[in-house]
Amino acid sequence: MIAVRTENLTKRFKKLTAVNAVSFEVNKGEIFGFLGPNGAGKTTTINMLSTLITPTSGHAELEGHDIVKNRNGVRRSIGVVFQEPALDSRLTGRENLEFHAHMYGMKSGERKSRIAEVLALVELEDKASLLVNTYSGGMKRRLEIARGLMHRPAILFLDEPTLGLDTQTRRHIWDYVKKLNSETGITILLTTHYMEEADALSNRILILDHGGIVALDTPAQLKNVLGGDVIELSATGDTPSFASKLELEPWIQSAAVQGELVRLTLEKAETKVAAVVEAAVAANLTLLSVNIRKPSLDDVFIHYTGKTIREENGDKPPPRGKRSGHHGH
Amino acid sequence: MVRVAGILWLRDMKRLIRSPSRIIGSITLPLLTLIALGAGFGRMPIPGLQSPDYLSFLVPGMIGMTILFGGTFSGMSVLWDRQYGFLKEIMVAPVPRVVIVIGRIASGSTTGIIQATVIALAATLFGFVLPSPMRFALALIFMVLISVIFTGLGLIFASRMKDEQGFGLIMNFLIMPFLFLSGAFAPIGNLPPAIRMLSRIDPLTYGVEGLRAALLGTSSVPLPVSLAVCTGGAVVLIALGAWFFETSEAV
Repeated sequence: MIAVRTENLTKRFKKLTAVNAVSFEVNKGEIFGFLGPNGAGKTTTINMLSTLITPTSGHAELEGHDIVKNRNGVRRSIGVVFQEPALDSRLTGRENLEFHAHMYGMKSGERKSRIAEVLALVELEDKASLLVNTYSGGMKRRLEIARGLMHRPAILFLDEPTLGLDTQTRRHIWDYVKKLNSETGITILLTTHYMEEADALSNRILILDHGGIVALDTPAQLKNVLGGDVIELSATGDTPSFASKLELEPWIQSAAVQGELVRLTLEKAETKVAAVVEAAVAANLTLLSVNIRKPSLDDVFIHYTGKTIREENGDKPPPRGKRSGHHGH
Repeated sequence: MVRVAGILWLRDMKRLIRSPSRIIGSITLPLLTLIALGAGFGRMPIPGLQSPDYLSFLVPGMIGMTILFGGTFSGMSVLWDRQYGFLKEIMVAPVPRVVIVIGRIASGSTTGIIQATVIALAATLFGFVLPSPMRFALALIFMVLISVIFTGLGLIFASRMKDEQGFGLIMNFLIMPFLFLSGAFAPIGNLPPAIRMLSRIDPLTYGVEGLRAALLGTSSVPLPVSLAVCTGGAVVLIALGAWFFETSEAV
């Protein structure tokens, strides 16, 4: 069963093409992750699918409802947790939920029991009567998640659900999202630029870069594409020519360079370390460290986009400012 | 759908009560104008004035002015909602856009009526005589209609604009002609014919004249004409507002 289907979905803002002819399908009950740097088109895609903006061209259907022709059908099927807080800070937590319940036409009895239920779920019962402007970032996020679930949507959008949150709150939200998905079978579309988050939560990951799809598969399959292992060398000297020389070797699948860092992907790395070190010495490199590991999503990302997600984010910090240093190692 | 418009209204009312400075701020200017101009020109003979005195003549004008300003403020609150993200919560809900517009207009009108009533009551301290309850009820109808028109106008601009300063500039650019052409300060009969033509296409003229007919019993535009123009204007602006919201983007 298909929950979401897009066909050449495109959004242009004046000259900038934010999302370029993107086609994919999301199965019912799936946790589907959009991974990409800021500006890759994740939020624009979510905004189109949630009817907040109109696509320039292409089509998309959610639960069989066209996002342009049947917006209210789409709106009834979805819950959205936006990247930026979308709460009224002059209302209390409970009042924000009551507002939501009325907007979704919930009857009085159901409204009360459901508000109590979702407040308990995100552990905000004791804070429900406080104005939202007294809440911490984590509490606001939890309240928004509670709100997104209140009307029992078939599809839940989580746009960077843990951006700017501390590690503990982030883990808590991950556990919660997984539990929610397995217990209710809700389809979840998640955007993130945290590798770890995409890896931990998603059944399948769609890697977006510059508005286009660069890869779409399960986390395990994405990592398998890179072969068995990664050898990471950090060395001073002419690393690019060393890498391009090594890339010619039949037992090396790929070699990528970022300054002092050389990443090699290959099978059975433990049997090839000696050969790699020898080659480095022969290329007059001064080795600083050698590291063997299994490929991470970071490596997958570099493989497809030629850069780390960190570099990309370096020039444009996310709006909430605070970022954690976890990138899935 | 009534419930949806109701919760939108309730939210705005809660916000209003939680920031009372907004009410005080919005009635200070009309009240000061009323006192300064009313007292300043009160003893001068003004040709074309049908009401007993200038201050009484000015009260409906100041009520119109308050509602005009308040209506555009409703537009500003949409821009704030956009900036603080809450507009997305509203726009992603499975609710016909016309209901969203009606909810906003309802709260804008309520605010306008509260402010206008305060002004009318305050004016009694300076010699304004309140009309009979029936006439005051008629005045309330005009207050609602003027509110609907100018809240609708504010919402239409707000649905297309993202930048607060730009919105403020455009609103000021629009408000002043609406205000000065409406005869809020002086009888439109005294205006040169060319400008009087412009007054005839200003909806606020009919609002203010309707209020005069209700509150003072005299006006330069017949009451049924004012009522018809204001009602028609209100209907058109609700429809236009709904269309602009239907086609607007929330981010």
